[in-house]
Amino acid sequence: MKIKLFYFAKVREMLGIDREEIDIETDIKTLAELIVFLKLRGGQWQSIFDMSSSYRMAINQELAEPSHSINANDEIAFFPPITGG
Amino acid sequence: MSIHVQEDLFDLQGITQQLKKLHNSGASVTFEGYVRDFDPGHERLDFLELEHYPGMTEKALLSIESVAMNRWHLDDVYIVHRYGKLNVGEPIVGVVVFAKHRKEAFEACHFIIDFLKTDAPFWKKEITNQQSYWVDAKKIDDEEKNKWN
Repeated sequence: MKIKLFYFAKVREMLGIDREEIDIETDIKTLAELIVFLKLRGGQWQSIFDMSSSYRMAINQELAEPSHSINANDEIAFFPPITGG
Repeated sequence: MSIHVQEDLFDLQGITQQLKKLHNSGASVTFEGYVRDFDPGHERLDFLELEHYPGMTEKALLSIESVAMNRWHLDDVYIVHRYGKLNVGEPIVGVVVFAKHRKEAFEACHFIIDFLKTDAPFWKKEITNQQSYWVDAKKIDDEEKNKWN
């Protein structure tokens, strides 16, 4: 199934990419499983996703936890902890 | 209620005066946050760059407003947050709350800025004449938000 990935701020800079569309196997059902898949890319992908304190996630523009399930055409974003205001 | 995500400066006093004409409120509380000129341990700041997640930002701010409107009896809520390049001393964020009584207005304004700090997807990058770095999130921001549960 196809999903859209977005990266922001320090996460975007470290990965060198701001967005991509990927086709994943349907056995990837949760954010946690997606992260395991992305870590296989190695390098910075592994460094960022190894530290749970260094990133947060959103599914379809709402904050999400690793246990949240993902569906086809979802917009999934990874970004550092928020520092606005 | 309304939210505004913009690059331009805003005039919170003018906004408050305009909104006041629309309501028969007994109180308003405003919060305005500014760009400070330094962070302890770092050299002097030249300017700030604020990145956000268009789409999610608006949804998050509207959601915070709705929760506040449901939790307190409020006449109106206005949130404005800037992004892009921000110079030292300029305003970053403004919150205005109108209510019949001071208690609701104070509490709701405090609630809104606490939730905005952790739930609205903005990220600050500080630029000095030496370097630039992303600001780290503060643990106290999560603690302040959790006090409202």
